[in-house]
Amino acid sequence: MIVTIVVELDDKPGQLLKVIEPISRMGGNIISIVHDRHRVTPMKKIPVEFVVDIKSDRLERLIELIREAKIQVRSYNEMRLLATESFLLIGHIIHTDLSDTINTIDKTGFAEVVEARITMPKLDEPSTALITISARGKEEMRKAVELLKEVCERKNIMVIEPLNDDLV
Amino acid sequence: MIRIAILGFGTVGRGVAEVLSMKRDMIERKIGKYGVVAIADSRSSISGEFSLLEAIAYKEERGRLPYDKTPRELLDEIDFDVLIETTPTDVKTGEPGLSYIKEAIRRDADVITSNKGPLVVAFSEIMEMAERHGVRIGYEATVGGAMPVIKLVSRELAGNRIFRIRGILNGTTNYILSRMEKEGMPYSQILSEAKEMGIAEADPSYDVDGIDAGAKLVIIANTIFNISASLNDVKIKGISGITPEAFRVAGEKGYTIRLIAEADENGRLDVSPRLVKLTNPLAIYGTMNALLVETDLAGEIFVIGKGAGKKETASAIISDLVDMYGRNNRSG
Ligand SMILES: NC(=O)c1ccc[n+]([C@@H]2O[C@H](COP(=O)([O-])OP(=O)(O)OC[C@H]3O[C@@H](n4cnc5c(N)ncnc54)[C@H](OP(=O)(O)O)[C@@H]3O)[C@@H](O)[C@H]2O)c1
Repeated sequence: MIVTIVVELDDKPGQLLKVIEPISRMGGNIISIVHDRHRVTPMKKIPVEFVVDIKSDRLERLIELIREAKIQVRSYNEMRLLATESFLLIGHIIHTDLSDTINTIDKTGFAEVVEARITMPKLDEPSTALITISARGKEEMRKAVELLKEVCERKNIMVIEPLNDDLV
Repeated sequence: MIRIAILGFGTVGRGVAEVLSMKRDMIERKIGKYGVVAIADSRSSISGEFSLLEAIAYKEERGRLPYDKTPRELLDEIDFDVLIETTPTDVKTGEPGLSYIKEAIRRDADVITSNKGPLVVAFSEIMEMAERHGVRIGYEATVGGAMPVIKLVSRELAGNRIFRIRGILNGTTNYILSRMEKEGMPYSQILSEAKEMGIAEADPSYDVDGIDAGAKLVIIANTIFNISASLNDVKIKGISGITPEAFRVAGEKGYTIRLIAEADENGRLDVSPRLVKLTNPLAIYGTMNALLVETDLAGEIFVIGKGAGKKETASAIISDLVDMYGRNNRSG
C-alpha cells in the first residue's frame, strides 16, 4: 500500500534520518520525499511529505515509531488514488517479465497497478492481461500511461487504451 | 440548367447517375433543371446528348463507355457547372482525383467528391483555391457514407465549440471486431470470410491497418479544427494483433474493443483499437459507422449510419448537390 506521511521537522541536521530510519526498519520503501523549506509553520517547523510503500499491517507501528523518535506526525493516509483506468495488453507478456512492467508503474509513487488479470497463453501464442491502474490524478494517470506504453513498446506488447472521458 | 460532369463511373459514379435519373422529378423540385453533360471512366467517355440509364447499361455490359475520348480531353472540351468526382482513392498522391478537382476549380466549377485522396493530400490547397474562384466543394461522401458528418459539424453545429470527436469510421474493421466479440473466432478466419462476402477487399490492409479511418479522420479534423493535417500526422494502429482472448478478458470487465478514430482541439489525431464500455454508444456492431461529437452548447451529438455502399454514398453526393443549388437556384 502506498501512503503519504506528513511530518513536521526542526530546521536542523539529522532530522530526516529520524523518519527514514523507522521506515526502513519496517520494510517500507520510500518513493519520494518533498521537503519544502519555504513553508515553515508558525512554530518554525518544516513540513515534509514522505510517500512510502509499506505493508498495510505495519503502517500503525511505523507511525508509533516515528512519534517515539519525537517527531510530530501531522497526517498520514493512504495515498488517494483518484483516477482509475483499465488497459489491455496483448503479446508475450509473461516472457517479457510482467512484474517488471507492473513495477515500472508502481515505482512512480503517483500511480500503481491495482489489478492484473492474465490469461495463460497456449504455447507460443500471445497472452492477454487486463491491468487496472490507479493514479493520484489525471495528469499522473497520463504520465503513467506514457510510461506503460514506453515499456510495452520496447517489449513488443500491444497496449489497448480505454475510451475514457477523463483522459483528455 | 445545371450542367453536371461525372468522372469515375464505378460503383459510386453509377449509383449517383442512377439516382439522378430515377429521382429526377424530386431533385428538380429542389434545385431546378439539371443534365449530365459528360461521363468518363479510366479510358472512355460519353458526352453531349445521351440517356443516363443507357450509359449505365452500356458500361455494365461492355465495361466501358462508347467514346475513346479520355477524361482529360473531356475536361478540356466540355462546359459544366459542377464536377462529381468518384475516381479511386490514392491517399499518397491524391491522383487522379486531385488534378481533376483542381482543373474543375480553375474553370470555376463547383466540385462534389466521394474520393478521400485529394482532400487528405491537399485539403487547404483545394479549399483556398475554391475560395479564390468562388466555387464550392462538397465532400460529405468522403466520410461516413450516408451518415451526415461534414454538414453536421460545419453547419448544424455552427456556433458550437467542438472539443473532440470520436468515431468508428471504417465498416470493415468494425464488422471483423464485432464478430470476434460475438463468436470468439480468430481474426484471420473472420477476415477471410469477410473477403468472401465482399465486406473486405482482396488486399484488406488499407482497412485493417487503420489507413482508411485515418484518412477520414484527417478530413473531419481539418474541417472542424481548421488545421491542415495530413495522414502523417495521425498516429495509426490497426487491428491485426487483436485476439479473441482479448475480447474475453475485456468482456469480463464490461468492455469490448473497437477501432476508434479520435481528434481533439489540442491536435490529437489517433486511430487505434480501444477498450470501449459495452454501454458506450460507440460499442456498435456490423459494418455501421458512428461519430460522437462533443461540443460546448449542444453537448454530445451522436450519429450512426451505413458507412459505405452504392446507394448510401449516392445519398451523400446528392445531398451536397441539393445543398449547393437548393436555395440559390442557378438554373434560371
Ligand atoms: N464504394 C463505396 O461504398 C464508397 C463509399 C465512400 C467513398 N467511396 C470512394 O468513392 C470513390 C469511387 O469508389 P467506387 O467504389 O465507385 O470505385 P470503383 O467502383 O472502383 O470505380 C472507380 C471508377 O473510377 C474510374 N477511374 C479509374 N482511374 C481513372 C482515371 N484516371 N480517370 C477517370 N476515371 C478513372 C474507374 O474506371 P474503370 O471503370 O474504367 O475502371 C471506375 O469507373 C473512391 O475514391 C472510393 O474511395 C466509395
